[in-house]
Amino acid sequence: MSPTADSTEQPTEQPAPLLQASGISKRFAGLMALADVSIQVEAGETVAVIGPNGAGKSTLFNCLSGVLRADRGTVTFDGQRLESLSPTQRSRLGIARTFQRIELFGGMTVRDHLMVADRARSGRGGLWSDLFRSSKPTEEEHARCQAVLDLLGLDEVQDRSADSLSLGKGRLVELGRALMCEPKLLFLDEPSSGLDRNETEEMSLALETVQREHGTAVVLIEHDVPMVQRLATRIYVLDYGSLIASGNTQEVLQDEVVRAAYLGVAT
Amino acid sequence: MVDLLEYAVRGIPTGCVFALLAVGLVLTYKTSGVFNLAFAAQAYTSAAVFYVLRKEQEWPLFWSAFIAIVIVGPALGLLLERVLFRHLRGAGSLAKMVTSLGLLIAIPEVVKLFFGSDAKSNPPPLWYVRRTDEWLWPQGSKFVFDAGQVTTILSTLVVVLGLTVLFRYTNLGLRMRAVVESSRLAELNGVNAERVSMASWMLSSMLAGLAGVLVAPLFASLNPIDLFTLLVAALAATVVGGLSSIPLTFIGAIGLGMLQAVLAGSLPTNSVLATGLRPGLPFLVLFALLIFRPGLRSNSEMADPLATVDPPLPVPVAVSRPRWMSISSRTVGVVATMFGLLVSWFVLDGFWLAIVISGVVLGVIMLSLTVVTGIGGMLSLAQASLAAIGAFTTAQVVTATGLPVLVAMLIGAAVAAACGALLAIPVVRLDGVYLALGTLAFALMFESILVPLSWVSGGSVPLAVPRPVIGPWDLADDRYFLLFAALCLTVIALAVIRVRQGTTGRFLQAIQSSPTAANSIGISGGRSRIIAFTLAAGIAGFGGGLLASFAGRANYQASFPYVVGLVWVALVISAGARSIQAAVFSGIMFFLLPATLNRVFSWPENYLEAHQQAPEWMQNLLGLVQPNWAVPVSFILFGIGAFTYAKHPEGIIEAQTNSSVTAVLLWTERRKAKVDATSSMDTPQVSA
Repeated sequence: MSPTADSTEQPTEQPAPLLQASGISKRFAGLMALADVSIQVEAGETVAVIGPNGAGKSTLFNCLSGVLRADRGTVTFDGQRLESLSPTQRSRLGIARTFQRIELFGGMTVRDHLMVADRARSGRGGLWSDLFRSSKPTEEEHARCQAVLDLLGLDEVQDRSADSLSLGKGRLVELGRALMCEPKLLFLDEPSSGLDRNETEEMSLALETVQREHGTAVVLIEHDVPMVQRLATRIYVLDYGSLIASGNTQEVLQDEVVRAAYLGVAT
Repeated sequence: MVDLLEYAVRGIPTGCVFALLAVGLVLTYKTSGVFNLAFAAQAYTSAAVFYVLRKEQEWPLFWSAFIAIVIVGPALGLLLERVLFRHLRGAGSLAKMVTSLGLLIAIPEVVKLFFGSDAKSNPPPLWYVRRTDEWLWPQGSKFVFDAGQVTTILSTLVVVLGLTVLFRYTNLGLRMRAVVESSRLAELNGVNAERVSMASWMLSSMLAGLAGVLVAPLFASLNPIDLFTLLVAALAATVVGGLSSIPLTFIGAIGLGMLQAVLAGSLPTNSVLATGLRPGLPFLVLFALLIFRPGLRSNSEMADPLATVDPPLPVPVAVSRPRWMSISSRTVGVVATMFGLLVSWFVLDGFWLAIVISGVVLGVIMLSLTVVTGIGGMLSLAQASLAAIGAFTTAQVVTATGLPVLVAMLIGAAVAAACGALLAIPVVRLDGVYLALGTLAFALMFESILVPLSWVSGGSVPLAVPRPVIGPWDLADDRYFLLFAALCLTVIALAVIRVRQGTTGRFLQAIQSSPTAANSIGISGGRSRIIAFTLAAGIAGFGGGLLASFAGRANYQASFPYVVGLVWVALVISAGARSIQAAVFSGIMFFLLPATLNRVFSWPENYLEAHQQAPEWMQNLLGLVQPNWAVPVSFILFGIGAFTYAKHPEGIIEAQTNSSVTAVLLWTERRKAKVDATSSMDTPQVSA
């Protein structure tokens, strides 16, 4: 929780994964959206969750980030049980996410998106300081903000209103907002959907940089196979709410069952 | 036990009254998606027509009722659908509610313009069925229903059965529901959404008419406020039915009527519980249901499944003004304020000075709406009550302790803030319309239970509140009071601006535009909204104390009835919920417009008096204009203002400012381009 917590001091003899979700089930009325799904994510690694539309990928994200409550199952993050925590509380523990249908704060500039996220993380500012002190950003806040703007190439649009941006830039703003929370774990829900080749490339580059520089673990829902191959070391495949395969990226993508269920390639 | 049963049975007619109103409201909501506060105004319209035809024109009962319920009711519904709600089909439920709020204010005043605003006492009953003991069961029975009650019970049964059948077994009912979900999807499936929507409105408006005519005789005189209060009382039943089930709504209404009768019968008379609880009970139940009924909290708004096929909304022009423009507009603002103060100080006579002061003080209360609705995104209908809490506290503290008025006002603000926080904790978890209803329930609980108590309001005679004396300035002089009020308004406005631009304002903006995303970065919606609500309550409380001090007493009936609060909300929202200028403007307008119109409308009368020999046609024409049109016409204008909300949620003033800023920017850009072009033509060799 404390902002000065040093991630290099992770005891090496403790092999517990960063995120361990076991037996997650979620039912919507008659539909079994998730049936006994378990995934785990090690600190600093990138994992992809793939599967056809309607397989339950976003539901899994929503259960893990707290937007939905799972009917059954346990989620442990960084040694802490998450099931009863709200999305807000999970965010403060270091889980950030983006959304499949882009969720930006209409009317706010790109810079404000980052600033708001930074304030939410640091807890600085409140009614009292709004009224009686300055609510202007400090030097450090500016610097943190600028770093993310530079990283994602959003510098020249920083004063534009977020809803005037293209979808590609919008997805980058969502990523930037999530990064301002200095997460240990990042859920990205179809980061490349609706993006063209260049924008996808930009997104992939940004993610690689984030991982290299911050050691953030990433869980990715993605349909773009090249992007998955490039970023993810391991894959989970969901179909009809169940896990049908998992393991090393290349192996899983060659798997017959997976190809039949998802890629639909008749070779 | 037997007594309880007897009381319960006596509650059935009241329950049926609740049921008629509640079922009508559910019908409107189900078939149009509008939480139609104006239902009471539609009911009032038919009741007024019935009154005029039956009592003043002495028409036969059948024809009076036929015209009022079967002709005027549906016609009004059709008019509203064609002119307003047809264009709002895709709008959010809050926008629709604000529009209906405007109608609630405007329609009765239009009716009064037509039929005269004199009191319509003893509304005539709809039907003459004989008392039950004369025909249905033996004389001497304990349960006797009079003619009006029998009619109400029978009509309610017919309506409830009819609507249940309509929705469950008929094609039209199915289509009505489809059109609310998505009119476009329904049209793609071959449903004529236009016609179905018109039919829905005509049906629900006819039901409003029936309810109005049936309910009117319960009151000593016909008046829209009584009808609306009764409607809010019936809301508890609609919440029981989850705003969709007609049978459940009916059961809830009957239960509410019985509960009220049992409590009235079994509680000792003359106790606080009896006098306060009986009128306040429905609002208490409504509040409790809103808080505790599962499923309401997460009842997110119905989204049109075809919403994504819409072209994206036009990007709001990023109206970031250049520095020179904000400096000059601020300068103009300061100069205009100074000019206004100077004019008020040197030119205005006592009457107009008082109007201006009231407006400035009301501006403070309006700023509380800026905080809660504009910045916080919550439609609070309880700001008048919170202002009243501030006024009462100020009065009580001054009376009891003799502390200086200024200190008492600050205590009043603190108490109002505390009450606001207590109200906010349960209420902020509700969404949009339900939050508005929660605050409305609070306002009515306050009015019916607390205001009559002497430790709150001082009893029937309003408590006196003196004017402050600050150093050498005795604010008993209106001109000094104006300066003081303007100073308070400025300080609070600056504070509101800081909150709007500060972290709190940004967090609230984030929560409004995307609650999920805000949660995902660790912003807790509840906490920020409670802060905004509490701050707003404090501001309202201070404004209330100020208003009481200016008026000389904390007079609830004159200044703070919840209905007045509704007008404030409509006014400030249509002017611009987020803007400071809009708050000040609407505060002043609330007093200035009726006073000005009164002068305007008095002019023909004065003219005719001075010119006795004016031609007859002129006498007739000018004689039509009545000075007492001033208040109805202003309220009609205030109400109509609210219609713009769906189109310009940012408010008329803000929309105007934005468009003129854009125009100026465009103009300067073109000018610059022109200058650049000419200068480059002048010096081609340099650029080459």
